[in-house]
Amino acid sequence: MAHSHFHGPAFHGHPDRGRAGGAEASLLDRHVQFVAALREAGLPVSVAESLDAIAAFGQIDVLDREAFREAYAATLVKRQIQRAVFDRLFDIWYPAGVGEEIHSWRSDGIWVPAEPSREAPRRWVKDDPVRQRLREELSSYLLTGDERLGRSVARDAVNAFRPREAGGRGPRTWSRSEVMSHLEPYTLWENLLRELLQGRTDETAEALVRSLLDRRLEDFTQFVEADVRRHMAERDGVENASRATTKSVDQIALASATAAEMKQIRREIAPLARRLGARLAQKQRAGSRGVLDMRRTIRDALATGGVPLVVRTKPKRPTRMDLVILCDVSQSVTSFAHFTLLLVYALREQFTRVRTFAFVDEVDEVTRYFTPGGDPAEAVRAMSQNARVTGLSGRTDYGRAIENLQRRWGDAIGSRTCLLILGDARTNYTSTALPTLSGMVDRAHRAYWLNPEQRRMWDIGDSVASRYAAVVPMVECRNLAQLSEFVEQLGEAG
Amino acid sequence: MFTSPADVTAQLDKAGYLCDGPTATTVFLAARLGRPLLIEGPAGVGKTELAKAVAAVTAAELIRLQCYEGLDEARALYEWNYKKQLLRIQASGGADWENTHEDIFTEEFLLARPLLAAIRRAEPTVLLIDEADKTDVEVEALLLEVLSEFQVTIPELGTVAATKHPFVVVTSNATRELSEALKRRCLYLYLDYPSAEREKQIVQSRVPEIEDVLVEQVVAMIGALRALELKKSPSVAETIDWARTVLALGAKELDAATARETLGVVLKHVTDQRRAVDALKLA
Repeated sequence: MAHSHFHGPAFHGHPDRGRAGGAEASLLDRHVQFVAALREAGLPVSVAESLDAIAAFGQIDVLDREAFREAYAATLVKRQIQRAVFDRLFDIWYPAGVGEEIHSWRSDGIWVPAEPSREAPRRWVKDDPVRQRLREELSSYLLTGDERLGRSVARDAVNAFRPREAGGRGPRTWSRSEVMSHLEPYTLWENLLRELLQGRTDETAEALVRSLLDRRLEDFTQFVEADVRRHMAERDGVENASRATTKSVDQIALASATAAEMKQIRREIAPLARRLGARLAQKQRAGSRGVLDMRRTIRDALATGGVPLVVRTKPKRPTRMDLVILCDVSQSVTSFAHFTLLLVYALREQFTRVRTFAFVDEVDEVTRYFTPGGDPAEAVRAMSQNARVTGLSGRTDYGRAIENLQRRWGDAIGSRTCLLILGDARTNYTSTALPTLSGMVDRAHRAYWLNPEQRRMWDIGDSVASRYAAVVPMVECRNLAQLSEFVEQLGEAG
Repeated sequence: MFTSPADVTAQLDKAGYLCDGPTATTVFLAARLGRPLLIEGPAGVGKTELAKAVAAVTAAELIRLQCYEGLDEARALYEWNYKKQLLRIQASGGADWENTHEDIFTEEFLLARPLLAAIRRAEPTVLLIDEADKTDVEVEALLLEVLSEFQVTIPELGTVAATKHPFVVVTSNATRELSEALKRRCLYLYLDYPSAEREKQIVQSRVPEIEDVLVEQVVAMIGALRALELKKSPSVAETIDWARTVLALGAKELDAATARETLGVVLKHVTDQRRAVDALKLA
């Protein structure tokens, strides 16, 4: 089987930095460590799958890094959402070969020695020849989209713009954005646009070219990031770098997501809603066996000589809920509210009616922004601009929001309503309106409170989470995984 | 079956299916290791087509099990032809029970459904289990048994084991996660939208009479559309439809006006269309 291949292929990287130690570390040792790293990152790799991977290596050319990567992915990664994490870890544990490292592919089609690693020049040294050359190379990558060239430029750029040593504490960490800011890609846009448009002037052509350039630049940024990770792995050792690898999209904390992460999460919302919707509809149908359908049972019995072998039942009428959402949209939890609303409205067909109220220190009904068939993302934007949710103080006031909801829209909550409260229960030491809330909860069919804070942060500072939790079941809901789990349970409970 | 991933690419190419490196490697491994291949990905990227292409190049028969909610053992695995059995009992008249019993539980009265049919065949077979995510969990357990042991136990007849392992392709649109147990037994392939270059080749192979310039414009536009946050991104099948539509209209190029008129071919939600018109300045 595979054992003939088990001694260090060329791209084996830096075996001396792994735990196995020494250049003797075989592919098998590295495999075991890699699988352990995947498990640590949350990928459920079973022993059987790990053995499958080894069996797969016997079938392919393990010196072909991409084939090797795919053999790993096919046997170990069974959910696409985990693929990004897998790729990152793969790059760390099986870095590209030494040969590739010291040579660069140039746009004129020749291999040249790679840019030596050096300290980045000061930002204002505009006529730095290396920077100018790299910008030219980047231009030609952006024009052609040639991946090999892109990777090569990224590698050179990371070498050439190594961060300065900071006061004897060793080199600062590389960062993707630092390298990108040295390259200043957006200052190339004007020329690139002219070149790609070739005299066409219509707006559509320009929009297309801009979209293309954006996508290529995004790819390039990924190349840079991959190479930065490689450097970190060299500097900090494979295992440390491996541990520092970011989580998969559904594990990112919603409340503290960066702009780039927000974009990723938003992309994940629509497919997630589709999955959840299909599953909820299926569950509602499957879980409901109605009364006996005499007519169909007798008719089917004719086929079996009058013996009713199969009993037919009438489908039950689906019982769907009214959903009332009371949603804290203050600064600290705004992105959490944003994603939860996106998900709920993408799933609106699963509920009879959804009414939404938003508050900071004033409460306002915002249902009108979410028109049927409309775009929830657009609605959330319109809501945050136009709704009257801030009053005099401009600081979150749960007590006031709850009292006002009761006074103005108290009839929204009835015996078929599911009440959903979104917020971190941080009251700024104002009132809590517990009795009023308790009344609402009693009136509603069900009530839940989704808290985007980690459970161990509850009750610290101005959080009154456990006082509210005594009245309303409170659920920790920090990331997409937890959010989708909750929504699914909510639909089932219907 | 295949000698290398490159061989997979070359052979599938001849069958009119253009695949990329990861796809070729995974198909090759599935064939070599005799593992079922689980394919996920957005609708319309050619998951089912891949199974058909593999069947075509390996001269295998394609047996397809289309999954749906409520699919049961009798539809997926086998069923006794009870009507024929009743007739047999009536025809045998006064024959004693022992003989009749022996008689009515034989091959003659067995209706083989796709799973059993695929296992019993001695010739090369590709078993396509389409949209496995649509089935109920019980059927998944059934699949598990068949796909891990390649055998089926029929109480009255005994165990039927495969003489030749079929090449199994399981597709899923991920409307629900398949069980860990099933996934563990499969090799996994995520088919995504193809690169612009590959999509161009696909369109050219499907619509050979189209001009290069037009293909490039269609593919560029589709690429830009997929980069938007849409409810439903255009699939490869829709790209091909779009190319055909534009061609049928006799347009020499896909300009803003033509694109706007025919946008319905690729985008099927009003909000998506509105967003596309805005972003790509098609108004």
